[in-house]
Parts: sequence; C-alpha cells; structure tokens
Amino acid sequence: MTAVPEAREMSTVPARGDAAAAWRAGAGDALHAEWTKLRTVAGPGWLLLAAAALTAGVGAAAANGVTCPGGGCQVDPAKVSLTGIYLGQAIVAIVAVTAVSGEYSTGMIKLTLTATPRRWLVLAAKAAVAGAAALATGAVAVLASVLAGGVLLSRHGITPAHGYQALSLGNGSVLRAAAGSVLYLALIALLGLGVAAAIRDSAVSIGVVLGLLYLFPVIAAFVGDPAWKRHLDQISPMTAGMYVQATTDLRSLPLAPRQGLGVLAAWAAGALLLGGAALCLRDA
Amino acid sequence: MSVITPYRSPLAAGRDGFGSLLRAEWTKFRTVRGWVIGLLVAVLLVIGIGVLTGSGSQCSMQAPGRPVQACPAPPTGPGGQWVTDAFYFVRQPLGSDGSLTVRVTSLTGLYSTQGGMAAGQNPLAGMTPGVQPWSKAGIIITASTRQGSAYAAMMVTGSHGVRMQWDFTGDVAGMAGKVSAASPRWLRLTRAGDAIRGYDSADGVHWTLVGTATLAGLPRVAQAGMFAASPGYTVTSNGLGTASAKGGPALATGVFDQVSRQGSWPAGRWAGQDIQGAADNALPASVQGFAQAGGRFTVSGSGDIAPAGSSDTGQPVEHTLAGAFAGLIAAVVIGVMFMTAEYRRGLIRTTFAASPRRGRVLAAKAVVIAAVTFVAGLVAAVIAVPVGEHLLRANGNPIDPVSALTLVRIVAGTAALLAVAGVLALAVGTLLRRSAAAVTAVIAGVVLPYLLAIVPGVLPSGAEQWLVRVTPAAAFAIQQSIPAYPQVTAAYTPGDGYFPLAPWAGFAVLCGWAALALALAMFPLRRRDV
Repeated sequence: MTAVPEAREMSTVPARGDAAAAWRAGAGDALHAEWTKLRTVAGPGWLLLAAAALTAGVGAAAANGVTCPGGGCQVDPAKVSLTGIYLGQAIVAIVAVTAVSGEYSTGMIKLTLTATPRRWLVLAAKAAVAGAAALATGAVAVLASVLAGGVLLSRHGITPAHGYQALSLGNGSVLRAAAGSVLYLALIALLGLGVAAAIRDSAVSIGVVLGLLYLFPVIAAFVGDPAWKRHLDQISPMTAGMYVQATTDLRSLPLAPRQGLGVLAAWAAGALLLGGAALCLRDA
Repeated sequence: MSVITPYRSPLAAGRDGFGSLLRAEWTKFRTVRGWVIGLLVAVLLVIGIGVLTGSGSQCSMQAPGRPVQACPAPPTGPGGQWVTDAFYFVRQPLGSDGSLTVRVTSLTGLYSTQGGMAAGQNPLAGMTPGVQPWSKAGIIITASTRQGSAYAAMMVTGSHGVRMQWDFTGDVAGMAGKVSAASPRWLRLTRAGDAIRGYDSADGVHWTLVGTATLAGLPRVAQAGMFAASPGYTVTSNGLGTASAKGGPALATGVFDQVSRQGSWPAGRWAGQDIQGAADNALPASVQGFAQAGGRFTVSGSGDIAPAGSSDTGQPVEHTLAGAFAGLIAAVVIGVMFMTAEYRRGLIRTTFAASPRRGRVLAAKAVVIAAVTFVAGLVAAVIAVPVGEHLLRANGNPIDPVSALTLVRIVAGTAALLAVAGVLALAVGTLLRRSAAAVTAVIAGVVLPYLLAIVPGVLPSGAEQWLVRVTPAAAFAIQQSIPAYPQVTAAYTPGDGYFPLAPWAGFAVLCGWAALALALAMFPLRRRDV
C-alpha cells in the first residue's frame, strides 16, 4: 500500500509549461547524443578532414592548371578555385549517410530510438549535427580554396588587371560563391541523411546519393536538344546547386545562382521528408 | 599393444574445387533478393536513360519557305564513314590509263574569324590573309563528281608538307616544307586500272613514289584534274571553358603550271566545278573558281576532303548508352556489398572456415560478380542501342554509321566496363571493409573524372586529357565510335566523344586498376582476422 501515492504521483499529467520544457530538454539531449556519436567515432573526423584537404587540393590543382597564353579566355576565378567541391561533396555525403546507416548496421538505432522515442526529433538532431559539421568543414575548405586560388591564379595572370573578376571575399559575388559553396556542402549532408534514413543501407544509400549528384550532368551532356538540356540542368541537384559558384556570365545560366542553390535545398528537403516519414512509419 | 586407429568419417569427402566455391558464391548472390532486384533496376535504368536521351535529342532544319525536315546526313565515303567532300575542281575525264603532272608554285588563303557572313555581303570582305594547317591544293583522280566518291590525290598543304590522300582516311606524308615560287613542288598521279600511284619531286626530274592507292571499282572513265580546298578557321585554345570553337570559313588558292597529261584523256579541255553540299560550311560558289592564263592555272576553293567529325554532324551511336553510368553505379554498389555484407553479417567466418584459402574465395567472388554484371550490362546495352537509335532517327537525328565490329565492341565493351568496375569495387570493398567509403572511392575514381572531363568549363583541357588517360575513367574510350583523324583539325576533346587513348588501351587502364586493387586486397585479406 505504500507504493500507491508514488504511483499516483507518476501518473499525474504535467502542466503545459512542463511539456515545452521537457521537449526542449529532449531536443537538447538528442542533439548532445548525436554530437557525442559523431565526435567519439574516429571515422567522421578523419573523413571531414580529408574532405577539407581534398577540396582545397583539387581547387588548387585546377587553379594551377589554368593556362591562357593568348589572353581573353573566359575564366571564372571563383568557380575554378572551388572545383574541389565536386570531390569534397562525396566525402561529406559519406559522413552524413553513415551517421544514419551506421546505426542500422550496428544495431545502435534500437538504443537511439529507445532513448529518444520521438523519431522526428532524432532525425532533426542528426540533421543539425551533420549540417553543422558540414558547414564547419565547408568553411575551412572554401576559405583554403579561395586563398590558394587567389595566389595561384594571379601567378598565371588571371588578375583584375587583365580584366578578370577579382578573387577576394570583399567582392560581393565571390563572397556569394564562397558562402554558397559552404551551404552547398551542408545541403549535400542533409540530402545524404534523408536518403540514408529512407534506405538504411550504407552502400545503397551512398550509391543513390552519388547517382543523384553525378548522373544528371552526364545525361544532360548526351541530350541533344538544348531545351531538354536546360531543363535537366535546372532540376539537377549538383548542376543547379553549383550555379551558386558562378561569378561571371550569369545571364547564360539556366537559373540564377541563388535559385540554383534553392533547387538543391528542395532535393535535400524532399529527401529529409521521405527519410523522416520512413523512420516514423517503419519498425526500427 | 592396441593399435590406435584415427577417426575417419564414414562420409565421402566433399569436393573442394574452385567449381564448388563458384557455386557457393553464385548461391550467395542469387539468394539475396535486393541484389537481384538492384541489377534488374540497373538494366531498366540503362534502357530508360537511353530512351530519355533519344527522346530529348530533336534535330530539324528549315530552309526559308520550306517545311521543317529532319537533319540531312553528310555524304558517306567509300569506307562507310561520314565525310566532308567540298572543293573546287578543275577537271576533265580520264581513261583507264594515264597520268597527270603539275608544278605547284604557291598556296595562299583567306579566312574569316567572325563565323559566317551576312546575306548579300561580299563573302570575302573583312577576311584575313593566311592558310590553314590543312588548306590543300593539288591534283586528284576521283570516280565521279558525286560527294563521297572514291578518290586519290596528291596535294600541298598549309603546314603539313606534301601529302598523298585517298578515300578520305588514307594519308601519307611526302616532301616536307612549305611551297613557294622559290621552292615549287612537282606532283604526279598515274592511273593504271584501279591502282593510283602518287609521286612528288622538287625539280620535275627526280621523282619519289609517295604511295599507291587501290580504288576498287574505279570506273573506266574517271574524273581527274586540279583542286583547291580549305577547311574553316578554328581556334582550339587550351584555356578553360573553351569548348565552343570559334572560327569561320576559309578559302585556299593554288597556282599550278607545267601541266602535262599522258595517256587517254578523251575530252581534252578543262572545266571548273564547285563540289559542295547544302550542309557544308564552305564559302559560296561565287567566290570559288579558276583562271587560266597561258599554261598557268589559279584555282580557289573552300571546304575539305576529309572524314567528318562527330560534333558538328549527327549523333554518335554511343549516345544511346548514356545510361551505362547508372548501370556502373549499380555494379559498384553490388560489387562492394558482395564483400562488405559478409563482414557485416559475420558470414565471412563461415566462408573462410569452409574454404580456408582466402585468395580463392576472393577470386571466386570476382568471377561471379564479373559474370553477373557483364550479363546485366550486355542485356541492357543490347536493348538500349537499337531502342535509342530508333528514337534518335525518329527525332530527325542522323546517326554516324559504324561497322558491325565497332558496334559489337561498343556493346560488349560497355558490358565489360560494368564487369571490371564491379570487380574493382569488390577489391576496394575487401580493402576498406566499409561500404560507404568503398562505394564512394570507386565512383569518385570512375565516374567523377569522366564527369569533370566532359562537362565544359570545369577543368583546363590539359587536365581533362590527363584525367581520362590515367584514372579508371579511361575505360570509357571503349564506347568511342568515331576515331580522331590527324588530317582533320577539330576539337578532339572527351566532351566531344574523343578519348586520348585507343578503345582497348583505355579499357586496359581500368583492368590495370582492378588487378592492382585485387592484388592489394589479398594482403589484408590473408593477414587480418575475419
């Protein structure tokens, strides 16, 4: 009989204010848990470091390869310096995909969902942590790319004195290209996260993500009709998203740079919705 | 003393050959529903993307005042390939035996840097003096004046010396150096039935045989005479994003004297004719022509006598196989999982307990994955090519003709490409044991270099060529249907479908990568615990 008051106490419905507080605490705990998972596994840290190094390295190699002996080439300094994003995004995608699929392959997901039964919250916390990690990696990678590109391109005569766009973050369009590339990487992480939540298997998820990214431009290159090519470019997550890097000849693009990033954001949002729905509806 | 007999199982020993290993691996593959479904989806994707590119490539032309019609196909040469055949011809009939000798004293030219000219304007206004590298003037014996006829010619060129060329693809170098009044070039063609011999000389006394061409089925009365032609001016700078070649039409003018004929020349007088088709990017007939003063002929012509490139004419057949990339990604994912899934599920312990020689297990897995991806790729390509061709033709695209052997190479090569990529993925999966990293490594190694090489404006062209030479992406050369010709100035870039390596050499690069990865995978496979 002594247990009765306690039981009664446990069954009392908490006030509304308490519910909001509990939700906030739950969100904070979920975030903290996801951050710990990301931080304490060796893989993601090394991969993100590699992503930053490869992005800057490929960008520097591309900037170093620019030769325009006759002058008058159409060189977009920002785009050239940021070529490395083509490769860096694949590694960011691995980190995002394994953040979800890794839990399924080890069975950790059961524990995670037991600890945080609100599955949308789990996905949101993962998105926040993976997105933030991608943002941080991207910021380092893009900064290094722009700095290296500035030095190497000016060595090859691609300077404002020869009529090219200045590669400096003080220049509005270059700043947009740089900041846009950082956001681009974060959106790729969200896309990977959503796809992995829907598919669960590492290999298939990363295959689907890279297929979505790389297949559209290949198909667009083989399509002969300019109107079809334009439409394919407009809906392609990578091609459209990469428009954010363009700083010259913007009129020739099928979409404005910001709209292009919006297309990628729509893909990422779609993938997250799909992944979230699958996470909520399916058994773990 | 009791004799201790070791225990022997009364059961017969199981077979432990490579055949049973193969059977075991095949059973593993066959019974995972996801892999079989994935392979089927890949086949459907390859076909579906072929349908998409076929439907998305319309080609139509409209002449003023006439209805829209399909794009015309260029003329076809004796070898079955598309050709450019436009030049100014000063000709007369030649019987089955005879020879023509000329002295060329000058080759000059004009070219436009501004593209085509406006209607009603003098086509030569604003043109720059200068010859193109393959501007040509010389003598020719041709089956007829129809475009694409069999021919053999001796010519002086802008910067490639004297050449003997025949039937569009044959090309042999003669004397080097530029022609001028101070150092003229004597050229001679002799006909004996179907055999044409070309000679050159610096003085008209000492002759050198440059080459012999046999033109099968050359009619008894052929056309022979002097010609001039110049391909358009093109800029192919090695800067960044210069995929669009600038330029315009060009004119070449050759000056001939000491013209002498031996043998049967039934007509006896020269007639001028502009050989040109509607689609040739040549100057109008009004500015081409010839003048005869005494024994001296001045011939001006525009166009070229050469194989046609793929970029400006129609669709190469490999465009129907754009979906191979989807198939490739599927083959890579399945190849990686074929190994990593064993580690994840712990099945690898059973596998190695049953067959302790681990190298043989890897070999059996490689054979199975290669076989299934090859068959899937073959089925997909065999369906995608005719379906894609049908759609392309229905949408008005002429398709570059290729020989049956080339078509077999493209279709079987695409399947082999998927198979070797699958083996590469299996090896990388064994090395890394992590699915996501292995899949990304292989896709970034195979698809990404190709993508960076073909999408214009991403990489400098030197880097493009290098990427499709050393990375596994070199294997896409196996899909190239139209060879690059040294006697044609064109943008031979991966984006236009031309690879720096020959088809099988490019494929060998991928095989090399796969073999290297397999060899590397053997060490950790043997040394590591399962």
